[in-house]
Amino acid sequence: MLRKVFGAFGAITAGLALLSVAAAAQTVKIGMISSYTGFAAQAADEGQKGVDLYMKEHEKELPPGLKIEILRRDDTSTPEVGKRLAQELITRDHVQLLAGIILSPVAAAVAPLTAEAKVPLVLNMAAAGAAITRISPYVVRVSFTLWQESYPLGKWAAEQGWKKGYTAVSDFIPGHDSEAAFTKSFTDAGGKIVGAVRFPVASPDFAPFVQRITDAKPDVVFIFVPAGTQATAMVKAIRDFQLREAGINIASPQDLLPDEELPHMGDTPLGLITSGTYSTAAQRPANQAFLAAWKGAYGDRAIPDFFSVDGWDGMAMIFDMLKATKGKFTADEAMAFFKTWKNPDSPRGPISIDPETRDIVQNIYMRRVEKVDGNLANVEFATIPQVKDPWKELNPPK
Amino acid sequence: MNDTFSAAVSIGFHGIAFAMVLYLISVGLSVTMGLMGFVNLAHGVFAMLGGYVMTSLMSRLGVPFAVALALAAVATALASVVVERVLYRPLYGGDELDQVLLTMGLIFMSVAGATYFWGPLQQPMRLPNWLSGQIDLGFRSFPAYRSFLILCGAALVTVLWLGLERTRFGVQIRAAVDNLRMAQSVGINTSRLFTLTFALGSGLAGLGGALGADLLPISPSYALENLVYFLIVVAVGGLGSIRGPFVAALLIGIADTGFKYLVPELGAFFIYALTMVILLWRPRGLFGRV
Repeated sequence: MLRKVFGAFGAITAGLALLSVAAAAQTVKIGMISSYTGFAAQAADEGQKGVDLYMKEHEKELPPGLKIEILRRDDTSTPEVGKRLAQELITRDHVQLLAGIILSPVAAAVAPLTAEAKVPLVLNMAAAGAAITRISPYVVRVSFTLWQESYPLGKWAAEQGWKKGYTAVSDFIPGHDSEAAFTKSFTDAGGKIVGAVRFPVASPDFAPFVQRITDAKPDVVFIFVPAGTQATAMVKAIRDFQLREAGINIASPQDLLPDEELPHMGDTPLGLITSGTYSTAAQRPANQAFLAAWKGAYGDRAIPDFFSVDGWDGMAMIFDMLKATKGKFTADEAMAFFKTWKNPDSPRGPISIDPETRDIVQNIYMRRVEKVDGNLANVEFATIPQVKDPWKELNPPK
Repeated sequence: MNDTFSAAVSIGFHGIAFAMVLYLISVGLSVTMGLMGFVNLAHGVFAMLGGYVMTSLMSRLGVPFAVALALAAVATALASVVVERVLYRPLYGGDELDQVLLTMGLIFMSVAGATYFWGPLQQPMRLPNWLSGQIDLGFRSFPAYRSFLILCGAALVTVLWLGLERTRFGVQIRAAVDNLRMAQSVGINTSRLFTLTFALGSGLAGLGGALGADLLPISPSYALENLVYFLIVVAVGGLGSIRGPFVAALLIGIADTGFKYLVPELGAFFIYALTMVILLWRPRGLFGRV
């Protein structure tokens, strides 16, 4: 009896699924989940603007009759909410793709659903915890991983002759990842970690933690805080405690100095070194074109950052897939396309997806904050070409 | 040894600066709750409003820091009078659950309202030059902004203290807190007193929110995120007093900063433990009336 009921139920859902595919043949629904409110709201805003800009600039290139419908959902920077929204998007709205997601904990909560429901998830707003793409074969990442940025940075710091290192990170997945990556490459290259501190993700005041760092007197402190409010608060603490005047060098992934936040930080960041995937100061022609389009859409005062370019590149990949399949694709066909996607000419330089890991391969740039035309800018001074996620190379799948 | 001393000075300094912001925002809450017996969870909304007025005036209209600060306090006080007359008054002496529901609702409305008017992002706070450097006191230098916070806090405590002890208005407030019905029967206009006290408390919160905007950043969820801090200060300090929240804010500010320094892994939990211990020891707070 039970089996009959289940059989009937299965047939009905299969029928419904078929129907919805037929009805949505010319409209591709994409569920866009991101942290539009909460502590990551600023990053989400930048990422979404990148997505919107690509759509606006390239809408005409879609095959005739094909439309994209973006269903935006706000995870409020909370994993449980993100998971529930993904469930609704999959079961009720029947989206064919999921995209977005800023926060690694949200991505880690959503990823298992994509394996169950066979819906591809395009991480195009960061979610930079290395292990996330291992959770489900339907996750592909166009943003970056913190291992990608922090691992070369540790080696670089050791090469500067800095012996004593200190790590200070936010206490969640990206913080743990970047701490591990920096520690690994810094100690492998002969450096020594003399202390480590982790602070709460939404810490109102960094004073006590920065005081610990100044007391330890390391040669270099590695800092990871999520971009946005936390980054600005951290830069203020660096200023207030005169960390740099005390002779302590600072190394950080790009999250500490997002391009759009630089104008709010005073002159404190001048000379700071970060490793990152994108800077508005880059002279690549593709970047100049991107910046021109951005200013055209959002005005002269709006400044994009790495989240914006993640959003832009993610949409470029989705557009290419839609053009190749004319909008008729299964989850596996989409993933097969994504796995071999490459763009030699992104605003951040040549990028491609590694078919083995479904993670992005890209240049990592060492940048120093300098004054360009009177404004602070993250100026690239060295390129580490085509970095694959080091965590996956060091931790091969069992 | 010298290092330990230096760290202790630094912790004390930053703890006190944090405490001053907490105090400025919370003292109004303590007085209005003690005076009117009204559970006003939405007090942080006024602090947030002060912060928004301040940052908007400075970044959009280029108003100087000191003027923007004063306008933030005045605008918040005026707005609070409207809210008090229209929304709070009908619930005076009513069910506490109703008051909690109303003020929680106000918090959620403030989150949505702030997002609508100012967007979801944190407001940039650009300090004037004279506040963004360091002040050298000979043996060491301190951040100017935080030193300014401490000075403002100390000045306001003194003014409030004198005001409450020495002025006619202060005597009326104390009388009304002690025995409301007796105060009414000797001819004190408690209705006007309530409104004035509420405006004063909210104005102080607006001032605190504006002054502390560099420490507690202004964003739509401000009232919700910091609610716990404000309530702890009031609960530990005791209702209806000026001194209680001051001591409580100092205790919480310094202890919070100190323990985050000493044991960073557990630092964030510490103030809750401290609060529980104090409230078990003195359920009405350090200076609460029995």
